[in-house]
Amino acid sequence: MTQIVAEHAQEFAASAEHTASTSPAPEIAVKADHLYKAFGRRPHDIVKKLEGGASREDLAHLGTAAVIDASFEVRRGEIFVVMGLSGSGKSTLIRMLNGLLEATSGTVTVGDTRITGLPAAKLRDVRRRSVSMVFQHFALLPHRSVIDNVAYGLEVQGMPRAERLAKARTIIRLVGLDGWADSMPSELSGGMQQRVGLGRALAADTDVLLMDEAFSALDPLIRREMQEQLIELQAELGKTIIFITHDLNEAMFLGDRIAVMRDGRIVQIGTPEDILTDPANDYVAQFVQDVDRARVLTAGSVMEPVRSMVTVTSGPRAALRTMRDLQTSATFVVGRDLGFVGVVRDRDVLKQVKASHPDLRPIIKEATAVSADTALVDLVELAVESDLPIAVVDARNRLLGVIPRVTLLAALGNVTTATGEVPVTEPPSTISLRVITETLRETALEGAQL
Amino acid sequence: MNDFRIPLGSWADDFIAFVTDNFSFLFDFVRTIFDGAYEFVDLVLASPPFWVIILVAAALGLMVRGWKFAVGAVIGLIVIVGVDQWQNAMDSLALVLVASVLAILVSIPLGILAAKSALASKIIRPILDFMQTMPAFVYLIPALILFRVGVVPGIVATIIFAMAPGVRLTELGIRSVDHEVVEAGEAFGASPARILRQIQLPLAMPTVMAGINQVIMLSLSMVVIAGMVGAGGLGQQVLASLSRIDVSLGFEAGLAVVILAIFLDRMTASLGTGITPIGRLLAGRKHRRQAAAVAAESPISAPVADVKTPQPAGV
Repeated sequence: MTQIVAEHAQEFAASAEHTASTSPAPEIAVKADHLYKAFGRRPHDIVKKLEGGASREDLAHLGTAAVIDASFEVRRGEIFVVMGLSGSGKSTLIRMLNGLLEATSGTVTVGDTRITGLPAAKLRDVRRRSVSMVFQHFALLPHRSVIDNVAYGLEVQGMPRAERLAKARTIIRLVGLDGWADSMPSELSGGMQQRVGLGRALAADTDVLLMDEAFSALDPLIRREMQEQLIELQAELGKTIIFITHDLNEAMFLGDRIAVMRDGRIVQIGTPEDILTDPANDYVAQFVQDVDRARVLTAGSVMEPVRSMVTVTSGPRAALRTMRDLQTSATFVVGRDLGFVGVVRDRDVLKQVKASHPDLRPIIKEATAVSADTALVDLVELAVESDLPIAVVDARNRLLGVIPRVTLLAALGNVTTATGEVPVTEPPSTISLRVITETLRETALEGAQL
Repeated sequence: MNDFRIPLGSWADDFIAFVTDNFSFLFDFVRTIFDGAYEFVDLVLASPPFWVIILVAAALGLMVRGWKFAVGAVIGLIVIVGVDQWQNAMDSLALVLVASVLAILVSIPLGILAAKSALASKIIRPILDFMQTMPAFVYLIPALILFRVGVVPGIVATIIFAMAPGVRLTELGIRSVDHEVVEAGEAFGASPARILRQIQLPLAMPTVMAGINQVIMLSLSMVVIAGMVGAGGLGQQVLASLSRIDVSLGFEAGLAVVILAIFLDRMTASLGTGITPIGRLLAGRKHRRQAAAVAAESPISAPVADVKTPQPAGV
């Protein structure tokens, strides 16, 4: 019985994922197809040799192969992070996406426009209307006030002054710079200057936002604040953001998906959890070694199937039997609709059974439940407070899985648990097997006699 | 050994002869223009009584640098009057102004071209080296042939000698504008002309102004040499004192050159830095307005607080 319920929960979890992935195919905002960029006297020769299988080092005497065979699609409304160390070609890559650098080979498509090979005037039009950019060192116009900087994109678009200043004022409020509109950039702190940079890009009202190491020059506290604000703004405005960084923690925090670059090649594209839990090669594995796993991994990604679970109506005897079979001292209780109710302990159930009380309800205790997207860092305290596994529930409060302490520890320490064959059962039984079996037999006999 | 001789000199001679024969109308035209410009500026400077010019100079000095400089300028110019070199000084000043303006008009566009195109830069650079290091007297010979004796060959030789720093510093200024800021202009779809006008030139302005300052100073240093071809002014006085071994005249004329040089240098140098009393006045007013805004809304903490709750906006 419990097993069936558990499987149900798994199905629910699976079907929830399923609907997410088959919901109307997300539009592609930016597409890169076999992009190459080589610097040197004869870049096309370098690309030809790369296509023929030569390595980057073999061609060092001819020039630099900055980006090699990069292909990816960025969905509308997604934060796509390109992560790599300096020299990995990520800055070159992002500059090909708005045509600041011309690709040596391959194509870039922004929206419906193929921008590779576009004449300069058309390319400028794409930049005005479709792609804006935020720079590492802010790149503000130092001789113009904050509001004129924010309105710069609109000015280039040809918007009349009064109109663009009105719009810039709204943006200045949006990025939290109220009252600084008439200041000069040099009067602002680094974080505030980058808000101006961000505001300038947002004001241009393009679908796609390119951010080149946008927060790397800020100190850590401000950086975190900006990251959080970017996510809020993105949720509000639904921009497509391509974010370049060398900071893995930043990539993991911001990215819906991450492309990891090394020596000009994209070595892996995936969600932060994909990259953390299933690195494509040793390089990525080594890279993610130092990441703050507690902040990246979520409850949903480490939870285990629910084994110890009973429905409210199944009664104390079923609960006790489940606990005996799994040798555990507690079991989760769910309602008819699989809604999470709470937990029962073996001692209470044993009393209930001995008293031949048919109802579980009086002894159900409250238990902590978290949503699947809770970061592991937030589970630690809960795990310390209670020896019970932490229940993971979906938006409709249905039990999706559990996280025993061992699982949490294993996930944080990046070691594999023996999930599957040997289930983790926590907390361990507190009453001996013999007592339970005897109680069950006695009460069963009593029941038969009655 | 002595038979080996590259006839470079006679080639140059042939070239000048060819140009004189075939393009004399062009040089006559240039001569008329330059001469007209010089006569006009000289008229403006030399015909009013000296105290009018001194007052104007003092007013300019007051606006650009402040009262101390204005007082200094008045004293310096009165010294020139006192050593009876006023007319000559005004003639020389007219020559310097005309030559400098023309040199600037040529050198800034050339500098922009050199900054925008690596090829142009490669071609222009050795020509500038040539123009700047070739002894200035040498220009006077063809200039004399082409423009005949008078002020015009002086102006032409001055332009050629003085324009090099204008080109170089304009190129340097534009090239050293923060690459990322230029890239930002490109990334928002600005055309190259707009980037030049709104980003590169304004940000290169201090360097360009330093170039203009150098052009003017070099023009002034050519005044004496221009005197050799009949340009008149202080240069002629210096040359006359040299031929007569006249120490007193030489010192007085030379001192007048120095006073003019200091005045022009300080004026143009402060234009480059933008630190002028007028600029300070504007900056001060802006600062007070901001201080008022700070007091009203205490935005030191406001931006941080606003971060958490971005207002919905019609974006």
